[in-house]
Amino acid sequence: MNNHEERVDVVIIGSGASGAAVAWSLADTRMRILCLEQGEWTKPNEYPSTTRDWETRHFTEFSISPNRRARDTDYPINERNSPIAIANFNGVGGGTILYNAHFPRFHPSDFRVRTLDGVADDWPIDYETLEPYYDENDRMMGVSGLAGDPAYPPKLELMKPVPLGKAGQTLGKGFNEMGWHWWPSDAAVATEPYDGRAQCINLSACTSGCAQGAKASTDVTYWPHAVRAGVELRTRARVSQIIADENDMATGVVYFDEEGVEHFQPAEVVILACNGVGTPRVLLNSTSGRFPNGLANRSGLVGKNLMFHPYASIQGIFDQPLDGPRGPGVCIWSQEFYETDLSRGHVRGFTYEINRGRGPVSTAYTGVFSGRIPWGKEHHHHYRGMVDRMTGMVAICEDLPEETNTVTIDDELVDSDGIPCPKIDYTLSENSRKMLDFSVERATEVLKAAGAHDIISEAPIAGGGWHLMGTARMGTDPERSVVNEWGRSHDVRNLFIVDGSLFVTSSGVNPTRTIGALALYVADSMKKRLATLFD
Amino acid sequence: MTDSLIAADRFDPQLRVTLAALLDTMIPANGEYKTPSAGTDDIVNDVIRSLHDDASTTLEEFLTRLNDQARTRFEDLDLDSRWQVFTEIQHLEAQALRALSAVLLQCYYRNDDVLKSLGMDARAPFPIGNEVEQGDWSLLDPVKARGSFYREV
Repeated sequence: MNNHEERVDVVIIGSGASGAAVAWSLADTRMRILCLEQGEWTKPNEYPSTTRDWETRHFTEFSISPNRRARDTDYPINERNSPIAIANFNGVGGGTILYNAHFPRFHPSDFRVRTLDGVADDWPIDYETLEPYYDENDRMMGVSGLAGDPAYPPKLELMKPVPLGKAGQTLGKGFNEMGWHWWPSDAAVATEPYDGRAQCINLSACTSGCAQGAKASTDVTYWPHAVRAGVELRTRARVSQIIADENDMATGVVYFDEEGVEHFQPAEVVILACNGVGTPRVLLNSTSGRFPNGLANRSGLVGKNLMFHPYASIQGIFDQPLDGPRGPGVCIWSQEFYETDLSRGHVRGFTYEINRGRGPVSTAYTGVFSGRIPWGKEHHHHYRGMVDRMTGMVAICEDLPEETNTVTIDDELVDSDGIPCPKIDYTLSENSRKMLDFSVERATEVLKAAGAHDIISEAPIAGGGWHLMGTARMGTDPERSVVNEWGRSHDVRNLFIVDGSLFVTSSGVNPTRTIGALALYVADSMKKRLATLFD
Repeated sequence: MTDSLIAADRFDPQLRVTLAALLDTMIPANGEYKTPSAGTDDIVNDVIRSLHDDASTTLEEFLTRLNDQARTRFEDLDLDSRWQVFTEIQHLEAQALRALSAVLLQCYYRNDDVLKSLGMDARAPFPIGNEVEQGDWSLLDPVKARGSFYREV
């Protein structure tokens, strides 16, 4: 290979929630740090909310599905053997560009699933270990919320919560009627000017990028600080493999630039931050004589234990006008059914997240394709019975790890650089199926209590593979985990993983806040051991 | 020229008339709500522009079959007969009609006149944004009264 780049101390692969956090944290070591990102910087003035057809662009060029979006910077994924399709974004900020900014923490119990409920495994770390990193990540991202949520231990309060709006009040009354918990959601949304970012103005389009900059995507949170501190972020640099030597040490990475030219980037330390599908893809593509089954894969667990959060969507139609899509997508949540109660027919639990309402096109899709809005003369009358009158929730269900749910390398599929692509094999477990059904039944009750006269549900949400976890799990036993309790590969001592692949269990909440905290924790663990990092 | 503009340029002019009649059947104008027909030029053009080459060809083939089902040109039928043929084709051509429906709904419900008839601002959300009421925070009082219930470890 002709393009042998200048050696760096640390190369980070991926610039999303974890890559950004670890880059920023390590910057104070004054090491030479390079982040390779296969995508580009997004321009806020190109986000759909800056245009009239904001809603339809969300389904095409800003789709959460890489297969539908199909940009040059995306890689295709074979997901035919999964009832849940992958969602991601490839660019500076990663998945945070298109996430909804729901920002819950794990609970203390989420780290002790085996001890408490006799399923899956305990994490090698606990809530107390991560708590200071949660706080640090919160300060960097900017979190709004209301202190005192009885479902959580006390936590740092930063900005006032997002508005309840008509949807939050309507469903809050419903939850009160049932005697169930609810609380304003913690949101990675600036409700007041924060760290150079403007406050939320209720654009309605969080999940296709925030033109206002109020939503905490890492391109506007961590990265400006990391770049100012000296980190180099190289875009359109798609890593194909990590190279290791005869001593089982990584020597650097191979990547393709925008022109398709191959480069070798030497590095003393390699950090993977590519999410629960991208990280096993790179490792499984990095085969050699010493690692015939993929780098850092002597446990055989790279790519196994893939966890999504199976989601249910339960929406009600009300008589009175509500907010429509206006507002941040985040509103209120309920954790009434979060912890295990075996009388419900399943182990572990879920969170309800209330998502305000839908725009005019989404309302039409929902109404027509569910048979509620007919064609012909009656179309307008029935449409008016739904538009701005829908609100509801999703149930985000804890998925338990199973080695049969996998990310492997597809035999045929390659990206535009010829790099083999991931294949997903995933089966919804019986426990998840029961949990989804239970969540739909209870949500139907609370929506009716709130005044809904019609309920529409989907479970699982077919396109809802937002959260990709567990495919390079952490643990103390090299036979049962890929990295140790501070993110270092058991097999390759200068290789670290900081993304959702690390997760031992999935919890019943969105993972991004925990991914950021974990990345900061791994970075801090590295900094504390710099003199003995590879011992 | 983008793919979609090329597709619009090539779309068969006679089948364009058929398409307009079909869209008008699916979403007719409504005087009470002051909503336009989906068969108006603006919306038909938007539908055709929103199709790429493959989808455009598929739609032309579908419209040809619609005319076959009508045993004449669909647009030459009276309104009741159009509805009857449309009802038949819904069962026979569910997949093709679903694809067309998705494009139609996308184009119809982003049309300025339609949005105005719904009382909505026909504008980009940014930079003006939207008003959302803060709401009554005292609704949380019963939740607060219940006290902490997270699981201790």
